[in-house]
Amino acid sequence: MKSIWRILPVLPVLIIASITANAQQATPGLHGNFQTDAQLYKRDSAIGAPDVQEKLLANSFLNLTYASGNFSAGLRYESFLNALQGYDRRYEGNSFLFRYVTYNLEGLEITGGNFYEQFGYGLIFRSYQEWGLGFDNAMDGIRLRYQPVKGINLKAMIGRQRSFMDYGPGLVRGADGDINLNELLPSMSEKKTRLIAGGAFVSKYQTDDDPIYILPQNVSAYSVRWQLSREPVSFSGEYASKINDPNFDNGYIYKKGEALYVTIGYTAKNLGVSVSAKRIDNMSFRSDRTAILTNLAINYLPAITKQQTYRLATLYPYATQPNGEMGAQGELFYNFKKGTTLGGKYGTKISAGGSIVNSIDKKATGDDQGYTSGFFKPGKEKYFREASLEINKKLSPKLKFIFSEIYQVYNKDVVQGLSGYGIINANINVLETEYRINDKHGIRSELQHLYSNQDSRSWGMILLEFTVSPHWFVAVFDEYNYDNPKTDKRIHYYSASAGYVKNTLRFTLGYGKQREGLLCVGGVCRQVPASNGFTFSMTGSF
Amino acid sequence: MKPVQKILLSAFFIISEITSFAQEKSITLLPHVSVKKLNGTSFSTADLKNDSKPMIISFWATWCKPCIAELSAIAEEYDDWQKETGVKLVAVSIDDSRTMNSVAPLVKGKGWEYEVYLDPNGDLKRAMNVNLVPHTFLLNGNREVVHQHTTYAPGDEKRLFEKVKALSQK
Repeated sequence: MKSIWRILPVLPVLIIASITANAQQATPGLHGNFQTDAQLYKRDSAIGAPDVQEKLLANSFLNLTYASGNFSAGLRYESFLNALQGYDRRYEGNSFLFRYVTYNLEGLEITGGNFYEQFGYGLIFRSYQEWGLGFDNAMDGIRLRYQPVKGINLKAMIGRQRSFMDYGPGLVRGADGDINLNELLPSMSEKKTRLIAGGAFVSKYQTDDDPIYILPQNVSAYSVRWQLSREPVSFSGEYASKINDPNFDNGYIYKKGEALYVTIGYTAKNLGVSVSAKRIDNMSFRSDRTAILTNLAINYLPAITKQQTYRLATLYPYATQPNGEMGAQGELFYNFKKGTTLGGKYGTKISAGGSIVNSIDKKATGDDQGYTSGFFKPGKEKYFREASLEINKKLSPKLKFIFSEIYQVYNKDVVQGLSGYGIINANINVLETEYRINDKHGIRSELQHLYSNQDSRSWGMILLEFTVSPHWFVAVFDEYNYDNPKTDKRIHYYSASAGYVKNTLRFTLGYGKQREGLLCVGGVCRQVPASNGFTFSMTGSF
Repeated sequence: MKPVQKILLSAFFIISEITSFAQEKSITLLPHVSVKKLNGTSFSTADLKNDSKPMIISFWATWCKPCIAELSAIAEEYDDWQKETGVKLVAVSIDDSRTMNSVAPLVKGKGWEYEVYLDPNGDLKRAMNVNLVPHTFLLNGNREVVHQHTTYAPGDEKRLFEKVKALSQK
């Protein structure tokens, strides 16, 4: 314990010192970035913040990349001393786990070591990282990318997947290609209709050491995709299929998996519309059939719901159900120009959207297939509904409002794997105000309210932020569960933070209480426990 | 010493260390990486050109509020910026396949007239060491990075434009 205390404050300094030393050599090709997040925890039984034995926890990384001509290489140092609350405890200690070298030989790019890659939408393969969520399924192996002629792109890879501070037991290999007809065929190059078509194949290998079941050791999946466009319309999509893959997620059934994702877009001057539809059936695909949560996922199944950003609108975030869901989403953006009736003197921007997600229809078969399901038949169970409207209005050069109204229906039992919560209806209103005092000083406020008569019922939130461009910001924030059915849970989650920014360098110091909740970025969510205490974070890029 | 004091002390130490190093100039060239146009066509950043005039490369995402605030603030003055300095803004979206389909509708619906590219696999983001968005780069006519800034506070765009003007007068 004692030694950790001594090392911790010194660690970021050591990191910076090494960067400074490198930067002074003025090597043009050496770059990187870094981030440290530390938190000092205080026990708070009222909000459910646990007693953290270490008191202080810190996650840090430092990336270094070197590029020269056709050669590049990179290293990432990661440090979890110990991992922040809410991160998987298997993130532990220090390591140069991520490293790679890449060489580009006559258009053939070969990478050895770690890499991030995705095939199409990612329905059968995507390796990526979300540091803030503790998600990292980087590959360790070999990747090739090749463009034999303009209009044809080929990729191939083989490797193991990262699992916390180690690698998973399975092998993942695959290939991907796409053809851009307009680039490839001279007769098509001037055509207004454009078509890109592609396909991918991925297979995983994991030994079967199960004493009872005969489990497939090799599981393959394929996908086809297209992007067809003719101004102002575009139509794109991806279909994926996976052979029998009994695993923990699907309850060890031998049914094949399927996924379809399609989008139609329409754009004109000052107008944009997009409509998507999706079906997922038994598409959990991992390089370890026993892995759970976000560990060792091979594919990515994007959620067909809007990524909400206002705090209270993220209280009930939807996450894709890999075992089966069907849904649709629509979005519209419009700009009422300056000088029109609705646009006024400075213009008005609106956006509206909606999503609907249900289960898929399943008929149990009683055998190892588990169930049958009609491809175009949605199930009766509601998973999620959302309708939202946002109006963005500038009243004067100094004053701007954003008004937002969001209605959500959330199946908490299904999305969070719980029982007894049922389906929650929530109505969220937000008024955001931005006032520019002058070209340097600005004040921003957010007033948010969530109305619900279920779960923790209604919440209110207020945020005030004062900025001094380009260096300083101060913010205070209070989230208040004023209508919680349990009166002792009617808690103010207040916090204050201040920060300093210089070019790419940013320091933030904060103090406050944080409610427990789901933190979601992209398609991944992480459960963040309640906490009370100081936070410090630092990030930079060079 | 209390742990809080230790953190503050080390933070102070770091600030002084970095400030001295941030003032040094090292030349960074725009890396050559393949991104995608909105119609899905591959595009190499080696082909990003602006006739030897300055370029702004702004990394953003549809779910990033400060990014949209920054790009909206610049959009209101973009015509004047272009007339005065010939600067071009290239907006690189780091949206992944969940939100990527909203990029084109959002850009049109906001009335932005920027050149927009998609970087769903984060290849350019990593090559340029972008950690968090918004992250804005200013390149001179030789495609060298002369300034970068993360986060957005109202008024930051005025300071960015001063740097653009200084570059175009050189």
